[in-house]
Amino acid sequence: MIRLKKPSLLPGFGLCLGYTLSYLGLLVLVPLAALIIKSAGMDWAWFLDTVTQPRVLAAYRLSFTASFIAAGINIVFGAVVAWVLVRYEFPGRRVINSVVDLPFALPTAVSGIALTALCAPGGWIGGLAAPLGVKVAFSQLGVIIALTFISLPFVVRALQPAIKDLDPAVEEAARMLGAGSVQTFIRVIAPSLAPALLTGFTLAFARALGEYGSVIFISGNMPLKTEIAPLLIAVKLEQYDVAGAAAIAVVMMAAAFALLLAINLIQRRSLHATA
Amino acid sequence: MQPLSTGSSSSVARARVNTGPRRLLLGLALGYLALFLALPVAFIFIQALAGGWRAYLTPMSDPMALAAIKLTLVAAAVAVPVNLVFGVAAAWCIAKFEFTGKTALTALIDLPLTISPVISGLLFVLIFGLQGWLGTWLSARGISIIFAAPGIVLATVFVTLPFVARELIPLMAERGKDDEEAALLLGASGWQTFWRVTLPGVKWGVFYGGVLSAARAVGEFGAVSMVSGHIRGRTNTLTLHIETLYNEYNMTAAFAVSSLLLLLALATLAVQTLMNRAESGAAGG
Repeated sequence: MIRLKKPSLLPGFGLCLGYTLSYLGLLVLVPLAALIIKSAGMDWAWFLDTVTQPRVLAAYRLSFTASFIAAGINIVFGAVVAWVLVRYEFPGRRVINSVVDLPFALPTAVSGIALTALCAPGGWIGGLAAPLGVKVAFSQLGVIIALTFISLPFVVRALQPAIKDLDPAVEEAARMLGAGSVQTFIRVIAPSLAPALLTGFTLAFARALGEYGSVIFISGNMPLKTEIAPLLIAVKLEQYDVAGAAAIAVVMMAAAFALLLAINLIQRRSLHATA
Repeated sequence: MQPLSTGSSSSVARARVNTGPRRLLLGLALGYLALFLALPVAFIFIQALAGGWRAYLTPMSDPMALAAIKLTLVAAAVAVPVNLVFGVAAAWCIAKFEFTGKTALTALIDLPLTISPVISGLLFVLIFGLQGWLGTWLSARGISIIFAAPGIVLATVFVTLPFVARELIPLMAERGKDDEEAALLLGASGWQTFWRVTLPGVKWGVFYGGVLSAARAVGEFGAVSMVSGHIRGRTNTLTLHIETLYNEYNMTAAFAVSSLLLLLALATLAVQTLMNRAESGAAGG
């Protein structure tokens, strides 16, 4: 049994914890167990064969590289947005600050069709890019754009508190001692923001990896070219290949958890190093 | 709230001296947000109204759209209250008590946010689908969960599970236990303390958590798409209805229905802004 570390005057611990655990157990643990048991019962050779088919490997590769690039783009521009929102006063700052959450609040199907129609050959952006020979929608570039859109708030929201905590006096001191803007940024600002940047990157990357709704419209879903891993799970399910869907899902979840764990370890180590 | 005042006033003063980088960064940030946020929003409204008001309103009164709206509202009407109760209970034990396994419990609550919505849907297919654990048992009794409304409700409850709890845990922890302990020492019962002391203190957090859950419930796509089967008029939610319209090249209708969900998202953000303002106002005195 779970016990309290300290006795408490407040009642209801047992009741609330019991309720919380049963609710989570039924809704989260049992379904998760279903996935794990399903994959544990799979024939190992069959499992390997399923998850290493060229189409599946291509989807994993696209999901990981596109998510990585999208998170990378947001580390740069998201940092600029976060910086401007924290440090500068300008008209409309509050409104813009809340609008940053729009990609999180907007249903992914809606952002998906909007971005697709914008980037399609006849659309506002696609029409501009077409004469340059650049295909924006229905290409890997489209996947990156959709993932950049949906992962933006994660980077900005991770960075804002860290930028608030920076002491401008330290930057001023660097300036007084003769550092230029670039030098101040690289030597003073970037190192203190590094943990928050890493957190923001991870959150954005993890979100992009699992994203489905906003990508499937703009990607065009061409096998071996523009299919993402979550789409393949949906495709397998449509073909009533539940075991195949579960196999791809297990690999994705394992990769995502390994990534989160690695980032956690790096962060703990850097915290120890600074402490 | 973070104390902002000293830092920002001196940095504003410095930024005035140093307008070159300031203008550059401001321009970059606003340009990026205009491209990625303002442009899609404007585009959705323009596309939705491209055929005039009549063409805008027709798709909303279509029987298929009405059926989708009804199913979406049913799913939200189940998911929000159920997760409100869960969120309050979970926040009460996590925020007010110290016990072993607290971190693991919090991580478990966050799980529906960290896994892909497609996998969330798949989990329920694995249990209730025809090839799933309970599949044969259910089909022998003529009960359908997957490719039917119950599956959609379940998937919606799953993906909205974390929102209220995540909103309330920091809020309740910040308020501490002193008020409740005082009420109990003065002779209030446990339930009285909860209803008269705890709940009024966090009512806005409960409200906002509910708003976030409702927004997510209405907007969820990936998870419900896995369990829906896309039967028009029966298992299509609003977002799935948009997908159907879009795939039929019915752009005006797809964007008209999308604009409804966009308005809902903007309303959610407005509520959030008001809450933040009220909070920072209270913190600043």
